[in-house]
Amino acid sequence: MHTLVFDGSFQGLLSAVFTVFEYKLQQVQLVTPQQPLPLFGNRQEVITHTAQAQRVWNGLLRYISPEARQQLYKAFLSEQDTMPQILLTYMQYAFAQQAAVEKNFSHPAVLAVHQTAQKVHREKHRMEAFVRFHLTKDQLYYAVVEPDFNVLPLISEHFEKRYADQQWMIYDARRKYGIYYDLTTVTAIEMDFNTSLQQGRNIAAAYDEKEEQYQHLWQQYFAHVNIAARKNTALHIRHMPLRYWKYLPEKQPAR
Amino acid sequence: MNDRISEKLSILADAAKYDVSCSSSGSKRENVNKGLGNAAGGMGICHAYTEDGRCVSLLKILLTNYCIFNCAYCVSRSSNDVKRAAFTVDEVVELTINFYRRNYIEGLFLSSGIFKNADYTMERLVLIAKKLRTEHNFHGYIHLKAIPGASNELMRQAGLYADRLSVNVEMPTEQSLQLLAPEKNRQDMLQPMHYLKTQILQHQEEKKTSRHLPLFAPAGQSTQMVIGATPENDMQVLLMANYFYKKMQLKRVYYSGYVPISNDNRLPAIGTPVPMIRENRLYQADWLMRFYGFAAGELVAPDHPHLDMDIDPKLSWALRNLHVFPLDVNKADVELIMRVPGIGVGSAHKIVAARRFNLLTHDHLQKIGIAYNRAKYFITCKGPGTLVKDYTPLQIKQQILAMQHSKYQPNFSPQLTLF
Ligand code: SF4
Repeated sequence: MHTLVFDGSFQGLLSAVFTVFEYKLQQVQLVTPQQPLPLFGNRQEVITHTAQAQRVWNGLLRYISPEARQQLYKAFLSEQDTMPQILLTYMQYAFAQQAAVEKNFSHPAVLAVHQTAQKVHREKHRMEAFVRFHLTKDQLYYAVVEPDFNVLPLISEHFEKRYADQQWMIYDARRKYGIYYDLTTVTAIEMDFNTSLQQGRNIAAAYDEKEEQYQHLWQQYFAHVNIAARKNTALHIRHMPLRYWKYLPEKQPAR
Repeated sequence: MNDRISEKLSILADAAKYDVSCSSSGSKRENVNKGLGNAAGGMGICHAYTEDGRCVSLLKILLTNYCIFNCAYCVSRSSNDVKRAAFTVDEVVELTINFYRRNYIEGLFLSSGIFKNADYTMERLVLIAKKLRTEHNFHGYIHLKAIPGASNELMRQAGLYADRLSVNVEMPTEQSLQLLAPEKNRQDMLQPMHYLKTQILQHQEEKKTSRHLPLFAPAGQSTQMVIGATPENDMQVLLMANYFYKKMQLKRVYYSGYVPISNDNRLPAIGTPVPMIRENRLYQADWLMRFYGFAAGELVAPDHPHLDMDIDPKLSWALRNLHVFPLDVNKADVELIMRVPGIGVGSAHKIVAARRFNLLTHDHLQKIGIAYNRAKYFITCKGPGTLVKDYTPLQIKQQILAMQHSKYQPNFSPQLTLF
């Protein structure tokens, strides 16, 4: 049994896959430095290597479609502990079969990747819906989210296309990094700062003078589109899970 | 000024909420020149859900709830004693832009009561859309209500600025319309629909040769029918919908379960429950017509003019057509597999893709994500676990219902065990 330790990044994972093929390793286990190491067997550190990663990534396209390849990345962003291993199995299977294996939903790794990618995709879609920007005094549209999966890399393009004429930032409070658009490009920025601003304290100090007014109007609108005769709380919560509420102005008590 | 806007918003959102159209998908409008917004790219986005569970994707408001007409089913009708309000053009534009910039909405759905006359009203709706597009470089979604009776020239302009247009027919038949909205006539509603259809088709034709043609209502037309206010059966409703899809090429037909809002002896009394299950069944049937290749006549027919209330229309069709089943999932055409209760379009395609690698067993099917307990009466596959017996339709129905009830048992009172 070979144990490969990679740095936890996607590039690192692809470098590990490269190593597996380069040395024709059998029975490989992938772990990150945070995970406990197995007691027995060979242990090898994988150095993340962009060119090697790129070769694996490009190589996949010989057999599977671009959409299927994108699913591998989405499944990776689920951050599930078992996923690197499943992705390795999937890629080994694809390279061994030299065929479009993405359609074999009777294969456990293919099915797992497909289903996990779908979950991540749903979270991506929900974040496109539930980001709420607040306009700061510096004319920055600023939002905080806490997605279940690491979806900021997936939503970046959506927001770049949509808000091409305003500066914005979306901050992932769980993973402590954000994406920032400066009217030209989107960059990822790491930082750790106090998100309590979001909860309504100090709002006047940091936000544009009209900000509170528009939040209030949105709350007002939200309250008035409801049809009381059709109330259905279970359905409401199914579509708008409670865990998102703390960042949604329409679910805050009116100020 | 804030308080006034706030009050108007309350009144005019309230009055618009019975219009059920909420779609913000199907447009092709892309952000150009670093403008604001993007309505291209398939799926629309629901940004919030009301407490009744409906999607909020657009700022859906009336320009005004003043109205010279007096349609019995409408809150804004002239004889109703409600507070009236009207937005100015700029107020609507500001609200839309500011909500959109904060990612509250996908765009604007603008409808209106009729002040003065159709053209006067339509002109204002068009002006708002025009301002958003030309002065604010806005590429978000705009849905305008086409006011029946407005001139063709205004309809044409509306098509240039809006992504979608809709004329609500409101009542499934002419007789009901006569009864509840005597000042309106069906021809006034169908005429703009027809005009827009012709324009949209013509535009698509021209688009083939000239690439830089501006968009014209790229997300098409939709309409709405009120259900349960009048005695039409589901067959009448679905045949009407079928007519709109086939002859008018509408993108969507919406069904709105009537919410009693006034004491009018032509209408169900206040307190009559909203026909939510029926409305849901109509949407299911509509979905089957649009995505599953069902003809209206397969779902409802003179000998069963109503959709079943206790089971969904696909199961109901399968039980009436047991001679088609069981299907061998390893051989049958995808179109037929889609018709199996418990198997959706997505799963049907997965099955057909996966069976080229392996003969599928019931275990594969379950993992792929079909509702096996429902589908099992209608399919065969490889290996043990396929037990198609000679059940009668009634037996299958009872078993499936029993399963559903046990799943929801804690939610029901003991009385339900009577079924
Ligand atoms: S014309 Fe429209 S707004 Fe006026 S009463 Fe009839 S349905 Fe209501």
